[in-house]
Amino acid sequence: MKNDLRIENHPILDFKRGKKITFQFEGKQVEGYENESIAAALFASGVKVFSHSKRFNNPTGWFCGIGKCCSCLMRVDGIPNVRTCVVPVREGMQVERQGQRATLPSHAEIDVEREEIDVQVLIIGGGPAGLGAGITAGQLGLSTVIIDENHNYGGQLIKQTHKFFGSKEEYAGLRGFEISDIMYGEFMEAGGVYLNETSAVGYYGKKNNKHIYIAYQRREDGYTLLEISAKYIVVTTGAFENYLSFPGNYLPGVYGAGGVQTLMNVYGIRPGKKALIVGAGNIGLIVGYQLLQAGVEVKALIDALPKIGGYLVHASKLKRLGVPIYTSHTIKNARGKESVEGATIVELDKNMNPVKGTEKDFEVDLILIAVGLSASNKILSQIGCKNTYVKEMGAWLPIHNEYMETTIEGIYLAGDAGGIAEASTAMLEGKLAGAAIAEKEGCDRDKIETVKKTVFGELSQIRESEFLRTIEKGKKRCHRKWEEVKQA
Amino acid sequence: MSPEMGRGKAGMKKEPREIGYLPFEVIKKKITLPSKERMEKGGVAIIECVEGIPCDPCVESCNSEAIIKEGLTSLPRVDYEKCTGCALCVDSCPGLAIFIVDCSREDKALVYIPYEMLPAPQKGDRGDVLDRAGKKIGSAEVTKVRKGKRGTTVLGILVEKDLAMDARAIKIPESSNG
Repeated sequence: MKNDLRIENHPILDFKRGKKITFQFEGKQVEGYENESIAAALFASGVKVFSHSKRFNNPTGWFCGIGKCCSCLMRVDGIPNVRTCVVPVREGMQVERQGQRATLPSHAEIDVEREEIDVQVLIIGGGPAGLGAGITAGQLGLSTVIIDENHNYGGQLIKQTHKFFGSKEEYAGLRGFEISDIMYGEFMEAGGVYLNETSAVGYYGKKNNKHIYIAYQRREDGYTLLEISAKYIVVTTGAFENYLSFPGNYLPGVYGAGGVQTLMNVYGIRPGKKALIVGAGNIGLIVGYQLLQAGVEVKALIDALPKIGGYLVHASKLKRLGVPIYTSHTIKNARGKESVEGATIVELDKNMNPVKGTEKDFEVDLILIAVGLSASNKILSQIGCKNTYVKEMGAWLPIHNEYMETTIEGIYLAGDAGGIAEASTAMLEGKLAGAAIAEKEGCDRDKIETVKKTVFGELSQIRESEFLRTIEKGKKRCHRKWEEVKQA
Repeated sequence: MSPEMGRGKAGMKKEPREIGYLPFEVIKKKITLPSKERMEKGGVAIIECVEGIPCDPCVESCNSEAIIKEGLTSLPRVDYEKCTGCALCVDSCPGLAIFIVDCSREDKALVYIPYEMLPAPQKGDRGDVLDRAGKKIGSAEVTKVRKGKRGTTVLGILVEKDLAMDARAIKIPESSNG
């Protein structure tokens, strides 16, 4: 039988699937492709219900698709709580749902290999910020290791099929997945080591004046524990998708917009047939257009605010292809038995109260939540870095100075982990962190100055945009706070 | 009823960001458009970009130095005398906001639009012409197909002359997939 969920023709992407992999899902044989995540392979084979909610036993599906939300946890080869969205399928794997709560295996073989790694700069996260930091630090002569829990390289760049804004310095005009290839190449060229399928575990203090960080890597033959000693750590762990409360939001078919991007743009799997998108920021608008490219009908795009949050050029691409955009509207409910079958939206008055009688029903099997991102930076809290509330960015964020150093010496951050912005900012902040570390290590001063000058120039130009001015203010608050902490 | 006509106060025009696109009346106010004479001379770039996005590939793409941006976030301006209507900027624009309008023919106008959908269009295909709001305003023939940069195709579509400044998209029926 031809599986119609896998996309064969796409206007931008050419899906080169690896060799076929056969694995077991609850006793049934399921086929996936090499380098496909377990969740993606299951979804393509028709599995939508990944779990059941703890209190009401409602069917639930995956949500974020990038290993951050835990909606897709299953038991894999006897090990519970495996994030099926980041673990690739392997031949003969045994996968099963674990019910409402996972139980420990009756006996677990804890016999892992242990390796030690000694490096000058450890970078946690291989997206645009991490690669930016690695490229610069490497080019300036430092040894670098990136660890990243995904099997693909480049973080979330790989699912971005739109062309990037910016200028040459940030690879403007190229599509995101092309940028990740280029940056990965530059990083390797600069002598970096990229450990994929490697998850961060925790910070274990200092030994011989070096930070000790523990991670583990999934390999064909099991897990390997890595004890990494690094003089500097750059945390570039990105962000996670915000959730939204409404009746029926648990249903499979309600997905994070970013997760849908991963499914359709990385794995070439059609997420549904008819979609409603909640949130008219740049992500909602961009993913809406990408759904059309993947052959999904977009019934409507809504936003609770009276105006769209994203750029007009992105909204215009959808409008001129006939997609309705309803501002001042919210989702009232999603309905369906085992998965989404429809949704109702309602208009909001200027006090954000629903206006009776303005409900509209849509027959959809897909509801995308694109209501913003939150910084993913718990790793920094675990290390002991101080946070502050940054009202301009509406979030508690790690305090850092203009060179991206946190309140702990030698611990840096870059990208969305330090406050939500966009990919160009992430690359530039990463480069800045790399240059700042090189400066402390006494590398070539002229080269460092050139990097710093270029990056500061680009950042200030980007932040001149009225959309990014609040970020500039928020960052300044972080910098002031850093000075206060250091003086105290 | 289309959503933008909405329940607002009678006669009150909604802003572009409330409806999600730039109506032509707004474009006319925000952009200095080429003169009628210039349009009749041949193709010319119309850049529908009014928000100061930090972005400049259009400037880089132009071989005639006809696109000017004073700073990364300033609005692009086209020197209509230098612009040759070559359409290289059309597929360079990450926002897909550049169109070429050519009113040099007697009967029809040729409009170049960026296209990133399926089915892959062929010369001679016909489709529905849509305006900025996605409304069908006529039909058109695809007369030029250029596979542009990074997967964006530039289509030349022949439309009724009075639609030159409104025709901004084409929907090609599935059956004409070559």
